[in-house]
Amino acid sequence: MKRVAVLGATSAMARALCREFAGRGDRLFLAARSREDLEAQASDLRLRYGVEVGTGLLRAEDRESHAPLIKEAIASLGGLDGVVLALGALGRQPEDSRRAGPAARLVDVNLTAPISLLTIAAERLEAQRSGFIVAFGSVAGDRGRQSNYAYGAAKAGLDVFMQGLRHRLEPMGIRVLTIKPGFVDTEMTWGLPGLFLVASPHRVAHTIAKTLEKRAGVLYVPGFWRYIMMIIRHIPSAIFHRSRL
Amino acid sequence: MALPNARQMRPVQRQVSGWGRYPRSQARLYRPEKIATLGRLIAAPPEGSLLARGLGRSYGDAALNSQGGTVLSSRLDRLLEFDPESGVLRAEAGVSFAEILRLFVPRGFFLPVTPGTQQVSLGGAIASDVHGKNHHLDGSLSRHLLSIELLDGQGRKLSLSPDRDAQAFHATAGGMGLTGFITSAAIRLRRIETAFISAERTRSRDLDETMQLLEEFDGRWRYTVAWLDTLAKGGSLGRGVVMGGEHARLDQLESRRRGRPLDLPARSTLSVPFDAPGLLLNPFSIRLFNQLYYRRAPARIQGELVDLRSFFHPLDALRDWNRLYGRRGFLQYQLVLPPCQSRPGLIEVLERFSQAGIPSFLSVLKRFGQEAGPLSFPCPGYTLTLDIPARLRSLEQFLDGIDRIIVRRGGRVYLAKDARLKPDAAEAMYPRLAQWLQVKQRLDPQGLFASDLSRRLDLGGSRR
Repeated sequence: MKRVAVLGATSAMARALCREFAGRGDRLFLAARSREDLEAQASDLRLRYGVEVGTGLLRAEDRESHAPLIKEAIASLGGLDGVVLALGALGRQPEDSRRAGPAARLVDVNLTAPISLLTIAAERLEAQRSGFIVAFGSVAGDRGRQSNYAYGAAKAGLDVFMQGLRHRLEPMGIRVLTIKPGFVDTEMTWGLPGLFLVASPHRVAHTIAKTLEKRAGVLYVPGFWRYIMMIIRHIPSAIFHRSRL
Repeated sequence: MALPNARQMRPVQRQVSGWGRYPRSQARLYRPEKIATLGRLIAAPPEGSLLARGLGRSYGDAALNSQGGTVLSSRLDRLLEFDPESGVLRAEAGVSFAEILRLFVPRGFFLPVTPGTQQVSLGGAIASDVHGKNHHLDGSLSRHLLSIELLDGQGRKLSLSPDRDAQAFHATAGGMGLTGFITSAAIRLRRIETAFISAERTRSRDLDETMQLLEEFDGRWRYTVAWLDTLAKGGSLGRGVVMGGEHARLDQLESRRRGRPLDLPARSTLSVPFDAPGLLLNPFSIRLFNQLYYRRAPARIQGELVDLRSFFHPLDALRDWNRLYGRRGFLQYQLVLPPCQSRPGLIEVLERFSQAGIPSFLSVLKRFGQEAGPLSFPCPGYTLTLDIPARLRSLEQFLDGIDRIIVRRGGRVYLAKDARLKPDAAEAMYPRLAQWLQVKQRLDPQGLFASDLSRRLDLGGSRR
């Protein structure tokens, strides 16, 4: 039994991951914006898996609230073995990457708030010298593209932040794993034209939980996205700039 | 911080159909994952009209909305509350009966009412006010609901129950999703000791014997149904196999099962991987199947133990069985006739089918108990269900003729299976339609909730 805090718990990806963790008997603390969705998800997990689930409101924009929230999570769980950070928003793309206000807000929710929350949680894990951190990055952070680069920039920042955490915490046995989902069948991809090989959140959650038992680092899900992004990263600009990716 | 996702509501455009695969229409599908997203869809509808869609197991056009948006409930499928003392489960509308059974049979609970498939959503089952083999005793699903949470056409969140706005409650249970979006409901599950049914089966020689046996079984069994050999003619017209059953008690199980009485035996499912050629189910093969089925049934067998799935949901073992009817799909016609009209009416209908040589692969007869809300299908009398391949020529005319028989005899057809009824026939079949329309007007004055079925049958003026 692990005690896991899930920040941004009500997204489809996080929900699937919660069911995966609860299915193996973990105790959970869910944090998200909507009280109604939080309570619904918490009762669902309790009824399906018979596990203990606590909840707390997550106000990403209010940084003063982050430390009390993590404290609340630890109190509710009776300790802390892992943190999942699934907070984030894609916004309306490409428009939001091209206007100062929305672009800055994208960075707030996808980078600033995650850094604040993870820094607070990392302190606790470092002190006890055990645990894990999982955060959701994005393949959009692997190369800036005209279609969503403000979002991509925030996710790239999160990727580097996670690298640093890994460097700092790995030696003391704390596992730090960055997830880079390709197309997963969620609200974010629903209705996007031209998608192929869309993975179910359930499959992806299962892969994440399995990987977390074995290693740290970066995990592309589904796995073939590692190669797609390798190619995309290496396309020379002269050619890349002619594409509308 | 206004989260940018908030404004994002793109539909997926896709061709959809009901389980009968006839008709098909182009849908603009939305799939909210959060309660707030659903609320925004209804408060600021991106389309002229909206319709909730669960697992798409209604047969015709009840879950199609080609003129507006279709809102899938599949991601709003959370269990909200369960009281093991009373057996009351509160859950979101997107949860399926299959999921409820998977989770609650091992805890000693069964659905109070289940249709012939477990692949229905809770919301869809309520909107169709589904019935099962226990209707003569337990009524339809609505009788086992303690409450329904509804987002109505004005975006109001209503909590309906038989004593809190009973009118809206009864207009919503059976209301074909036209009074609003059912977000969650509380349903009282039935306590069971085992995952088995103790069953009885008897072969009947003709319609009179089938009906007589059904009545007799209704007095003895919680669950009853008769399968009919619809191609039998003359003196054998209406012959079939009558089945009855009740939840097996622990002491009825073989000793090897008593240690784990609520375990369902593993079942392998097969699926139909492609559309069968349209002629696979032709009059000849259907006759052959019906004859074999009739002959293989024992003259009488009692005390047989059948697991819940095999008893209630035998066709679920064959996934996508609707593809057997080929690309053109099929219609299911389900009628009910009042008690005094049942015998002559059934003879008239069965003879018409037999004369026209219209084959029905599966035909089922059952006696109903009490009536529920104004658009709810079941009412006292006999109900007959027939599957009909949609490719048959002049089917439209033929079924219009059957409709006239049903109207003349004071019966009705099931809207959840319908794809072709005419508005005047629907009005005659559902005498409380005007009363229902008043409630619809109150809950959804703008006609936001609409479907291809509601437009076809004039069930409340839609915006478009």
